[in-house]
Amino acid sequence: MTNDVRLGDEPPWSPKIVAFVCNWCTYTGADLAGTSRLKMDPNVRVIKLPCSSRVNPLFIIKAFERGADGVIVSGCHTGDCHYSTGNFHARRRFSILHDLLHFMGVDNDRVTFAWVSASEGNKWQEVVNETTARVKQLGPVAAAEEKGGAQ
Amino acid sequence: MNELREVARKLLAEGTVNVVIGYEEGPRGVRPAFITAAEQADKLVFDTRCVQNLATYLNPRRKQVTQLGKAAVVVKGCDARAVAGMIREKQLERENIVILAMRCGGVLQNPETDTELTAETVSVRCAGCTAREPKLFDHLLGELPPEPPVNRQRLEQIAALEKMSPAERRSYWNEQLSRCIRCHACREACPMCFCVKCTAEKSQPQWIDSSSTLQANRAWQTMRVLHQAGRCVDCMECERACPEHLPLGVLARYVADAVERRFDYKASDDPTVPAPIGVYKTDDDEEFIR
Repeated sequence: MTNDVRLGDEPPWSPKIVAFVCNWCTYTGADLAGTSRLKMDPNVRVIKLPCSSRVNPLFIIKAFERGADGVIVSGCHTGDCHYSTGNFHARRRFSILHDLLHFMGVDNDRVTFAWVSASEGNKWQEVVNETTARVKQLGPVAAAEEKGGAQ
Repeated sequence: MNELREVARKLLAEGTVNVVIGYEEGPRGVRPAFITAAEQADKLVFDTRCVQNLATYLNPRRKQVTQLGKAAVVVKGCDARAVAGMIREKQLERENIVILAMRCGGVLQNPETDTELTAETVSVRCAGCTAREPKLFDHLLGELPPEPPVNRQRLEQIAALEKMSPAERRSYWNEQLSRCIRCHACREACPMCFCVKCTAEKSQPQWIDSSSTLQANRAWQTMRVLHQAGRCVDCMECERACPEHLPLGVLARYVADAVERRFDYKASDDPTVPAPIGVYKTDDDEEFIR
């Protein structure tokens, strides 16, 4: 198999999805999904953070601004936070962010919030595949913007 | 009004405070006033044209004001919530400030053009006001005026936006926010925006492009209202200060409603009530989390 790309060959659009995951649960869960050889869409770029409460809403705004078509935010289930209360605080912030993005016309299908524990490799696979499928259906952010804005 | 002048005169004459921050008659309507001498206390006015939120001047980093010394401030119920917010967030010491709270019967949306309070001219922020008689005060002044008419214009606008599709909402906000010139007047006018260094000014990393592009404008306003979530007192000074007349009060009110819906919290003039972001409940809503 060759990967030759000739000048003028536009690769078909495929969504770029950024996943902000916590070190302790979701990253380990994603790792489990990988080592278990679960089949996942290759569109997700994982960014590992200490905790879901480390996810500043600006990360998500910035990701969209820099060309991401979708975002996943994931951490430990509530009650399981490595730092005891981090995800409780994160949940409050995300809920307002979720509502505000909706109000400002960012399709809620582009942003997935999930709790994925270290043993939930299967759930991570589902989150990745479902988000990718939804974002594929919505199309690229840039094109949506040109059409009059359907991000 | 006479009561207000009398109290202000007494506070200044006795030296309890060095400056009374209130409203005075200016060449283009009512404007903020900084009264430093007892004999000037008669300049103070208070009526339906007093829309400004003077709590903004209590920001400890406004050196032009702090250098005047201990301040007394004239507040309406909505403004008292901003003072409470600043005390809650350790920007002010309660005992270093004298609060002259006015009983309020609503203010005008456009004090430059209107005089009578009607359902069209009353400020949209007065709709559903529960703070006409502030609870945070040193002196509670004036008679309680009759309840103002209700201007539902902003609430209807929010309801209309919520009925739209995401695409329509997005193009609405794109249209509005592309007009933003990034003068940051919304931030400067806001009593609750008092960071030493604003995220919009940080350059390592630069979170928000300082130039006025649609992407950067969206990011700036999104960040600003997010930072106000659970802190906004809905005084709408952001919208009033905006030279481009962006509907910033609509954004602010939507977030305030979301906070109330989710956390059962309304902006409070009790500084001991904790703000909703920073505390949590184990059974907070998580219907949006998979």
